[in-house]
Amino acid sequence: MLTAIIALTLLALILGLLLGFASVKFKVEGDPIVEQIDKLLPQTQCGQCSFAGCRPYAEAIAAGEADINRCPPGGEATIQALADLLDVEPKPLDEECGVEKPKMLAVIDEQRCIGCTLCIQACPVDAILGAAKHMHTVIADECTGCELCLEPCPVDCIDMLEVAQNPNTWRWPDPSHLQLERGGRS
Amino acid sequence: MALFRISPPFLAGTNRVTLQMLQVLLAMVPAVIAMVMFFGPAVLINIALALVVALATEALLLKLRQRPIKPFLSDGSAAVTAVLLAVAIPPLSPWWLTVLGVMFAIIFAKHLYGGLGYNPFNPAMVGYVLLLLSFPLEMTTWLPVQSLAEHPLNFEQAFQLIFFGDTATGLSVDTVSGATPLDAMKTQIGQQILPEYIVNQPLFGMLGGIGWEWINVWFLLGGLFLLYRKVISWHVPAAMLGTLLVLSSITALFAPELTGSPLFHLFSGGTMIGAFFIATDPVSGSTTLKGRLVFGAGVGALTYIIRIWGGYPDGVAFAVLLMNMLVPLIDYYTQPKVYGASSK
Amino acid sequence: MTQPLGSFPGGLKLRGHKKRSTQTPIRRTPLAKQLILPLQQHIGAAAVPIVEVGDKVLKGQRIARAEGHVSVCLHAPSSGTVVAIDEQAIPHPSGLSAACITIETDGEDKWAERHPVKGFQDMTPHEIRQIIRDAGIVGLGGAGFPSFIKLNPGIHHTVESLILNGAECEPYITCDDMLMRERADGILDGVEIMLHALNAQEVLLAIEDNKSQAISSMELALAARPHLTQTKIAVIPTRYPTGGEKQIIQVVTGKEVPTNGLPIDIGIVCHNMGTAYAVGRAINHGEPLISRIVTVTGTDVTHAGNFETLFGTPISALLEFAETKRQPDEPFILGGPMMGFNLSGDNLPVTKTANCILVGVEDAAEKAEPLPCIRCGDCASACPASLLPQQLYWHARAKDFDQTRDYNLFDCIECGCCDYVCPSKIPLVSYFRFAKTEIMNQERERKKSDLARERFETRQARMEREQREKEERQRQRKAALAASKAKKEQDAAAETSSAEDKEN
Repeated sequence: MLTAIIALTLLALILGLLLGFASVKFKVEGDPIVEQIDKLLPQTQCGQCSFAGCRPYAEAIAAGEADINRCPPGGEATIQALADLLDVEPKPLDEECGVEKPKMLAVIDEQRCIGCTLCIQACPVDAILGAAKHMHTVIADECTGCELCLEPCPVDCIDMLEVAQNPNTWRWPDPSHLQLERGGRS
Repeated sequence: MALFRISPPFLAGTNRVTLQMLQVLLAMVPAVIAMVMFFGPAVLINIALALVVALATEALLLKLRQRPIKPFLSDGSAAVTAVLLAVAIPPLSPWWLTVLGVMFAIIFAKHLYGGLGYNPFNPAMVGYVLLLLSFPLEMTTWLPVQSLAEHPLNFEQAFQLIFFGDTATGLSVDTVSGATPLDAMKTQIGQQILPEYIVNQPLFGMLGGIGWEWINVWFLLGGLFLLYRKVISWHVPAAMLGTLLVLSSITALFAPELTGSPLFHLFSGGTMIGAFFIATDPVSGSTTLKGRLVFGAGVGALTYIIRIWGGYPDGVAFAVLLMNMLVPLIDYYTQPKVYGASSK
Repeated sequence: MTQPLGSFPGGLKLRGHKKRSTQTPIRRTPLAKQLILPLQQHIGAAAVPIVEVGDKVLKGQRIARAEGHVSVCLHAPSSGTVVAIDEQAIPHPSGLSAACITIETDGEDKWAERHPVKGFQDMTPHEIRQIIRDAGIVGLGGAGFPSFIKLNPGIHHTVESLILNGAECEPYITCDDMLMRERADGILDGVEIMLHALNAQEVLLAIEDNKSQAISSMELALAARPHLTQTKIAVIPTRYPTGGEKQIIQVVTGKEVPTNGLPIDIGIVCHNMGTAYAVGRAINHGEPLISRIVTVTGTDVTHAGNFETLFGTPISALLEFAETKRQPDEPFILGGPMMGFNLSGDNLPVTKTANCILVGVEDAAEKAEPLPCIRCGDCASACPASLLPQQLYWHARAKDFDQTRDYNLFDCIECGCCDYVCPSKIPLVSYFRFAKTEIMNQERERKKSDLARERFETRQARMEREQREKEERQRQRKAALAASKAKKEQDAAAETSSAEDKEN
């Protein structure tokens, strides 16, 4: 009886030490959770989540102050990724924040632009170029489609256009949608 | 000619699942004929019963799962399961035994996991093991081969025994059945009789048990046909038979009192049907070539271990199911070296 | 002649159907009224137009310049007038449009001034590459990678072998076969130039053993150039996909191109036979790449054969010339039956990479509901890259793209062998293409979002700094104000006191 107890205790002790050693030795240096969340967000900086950019929203999620379903540009995919990361149930997009839309691009109608620089100040990623009294233009590659420049424009000269697919960015369709494969689990 | 596919290639080979399954069934025909010759028409009754039950259950399950019935019923996989199970069950087993085994195999081992292609375990073997564990007596009372039998059975007698338990002439299952050679070997070794004496009894032939050796030979030939037709790859049978041969040779050299000769092991019980028809099931087996060698070797080794030290005379079914569990692991560690990858 | 030193795993023995299009010599496609020239007919950045609508152009005149390093120029295939520079339907599986220059031909086919090079041996490799780039030459085997880049081994590499790929392993296609039969000398012209540019130790002309006429014609031409001592013909077994770059290297040299590496990393450069011919024309005759040989074949083609066709010629005009049973708008295959893609639309132009137009194939894949994968492993046995398509399929279908990368998705060459042998008729390659483009898209989005984050954070930092500076200035101003106020008060106090003094 006694030997059994001693043996088991010893075994537990050794295994415990081993586990402790392993956890120190093989510790995975992960990004802080805020960084990880921020990486999953689409970085449109649009503020539709009611925070002043993606980073603040990431901080709020990490602190448990905001839900994961407040990012319309990221949509379904981002919610799923966040749910996976934080190990919580995914939920549908909060409609208060907006709806999921295809990727957009702001375009300034240069005929109507009066050069007021208000949109330049509003752009969260410095994607609008121009100077006072000179017409402005959007750097298409940098625009995140956040729509923050629409509101301040006094002459409504900014339009949001859907980002067109071109042969270089075109994606092959998902074959499981094209051919109804009823064989397996869907 | 209009092209339907959205994406290349536009050419297709002639390989089909149905074609593969039909060839498996075809390859079993000679062995089944041999079984009928040795054990009488009861074998055919069992197979017919199993086929009807399997196809009906499959159709029912497909309907319940709202899957298209025709393409899946005609793929032939249910028929293969049925025949494999039917030839593994003792010929004079009561009808409900066959029905239960087949239904369990189709419903629980196959469809509850998602149907064709999704079952982690070999359905026929799941059905067989269920019966073996639940009804050990019924499952181990085989008929003696007809040449040794006191009362060779005709079709009518077999039919009555299977469906009603006795015949009009008063024969019952108990009076006509006997032990299989593997069973006899095991029991008598337990009684300290040396294998070399055991095999002199009339139950045993040149290679294995009388009758059984020929059934195994025909399964071997059927398997070679499948190899030739490229329905199966050589890896699983070669590894399984090789392992069995090596292990039994070692025992024959160093501990001959433990069990029968290497040839006895190769040509007795479910060795050949296991090597060519059961362990080669692609769905529940390993999918890489190296993995198939590991899988086959594992089945061979476990079969041998169970035959010698296990509680049951034969071990193919358990060996296959145990190795099925290891398949994801085997597959993961036996990935082939991809073109251009630095050699390890 | 040399023997192949290796072989690749898997692959298929396919019926060639080559005789159908090798019964007649190469013919010239008649000049079309309109030539539509996509600005991007190669891998890399699209060319930039240097002509305007209304401009008159001559045959061979440059109409668009290369943009950036990975890009080539574009030339007018015939003389005429530029009538449009706009978006036109292009031969691409997406069916999308892209920027094109449209030329209305005047029927005169008048050449611009050509500058043939006399004695390329005296030129530096750099000069040769420049001419090849300016001539718009890209790999004519199908991918369309700018050839001048593959003629630049860089200072860190020496070229052991230059392999000329004349395998042409896909069924039906015979354009390289016919080129070798009829213009072996022209090919060798180009080979000599490539040899000079690369300074290669040996040249191997790899040809599949089902092209005996091409082999003997190349042998004959080679025998007439005794100075080409390092050039040999390698006859390789006919097996699909032996014409893949990685596969032909493995067959001819027994070496493997490392994952994420290039052939040049193991001292090998691989070019297509047609490309060599184009290089010869560009240097020795001063002709830019404005046409190519296109195989038109298939069960529905009456006069199958090979056609020297100007770029921009509508495919429908080519099909009309070859006479087919095709109805208007009926789909056809561009490329081979294993790796080509089906297109419909009558106004699509012939481009630099269009090696074959296929109308009707025997033993065509039929539309069928795929059965579930039974893990039979036939696909893995057929895969020339030793991948496990059955596992890749599983993860691609579940959109588990990280897993597909772990199973080396990007080593898949999309040859279609797995599809061909699958007993369940699963469109495996479609799944792999889908997964690949999805992953590339994710990558693009991630890069974009990283950039946006960086810009946002920089802006944030800048605004904070500005805010701080503003506050700092305010504080300073306030302090200054307070100081001057205090001084004033003091002064005032002093004044009042002095006034009081006076009053008193």
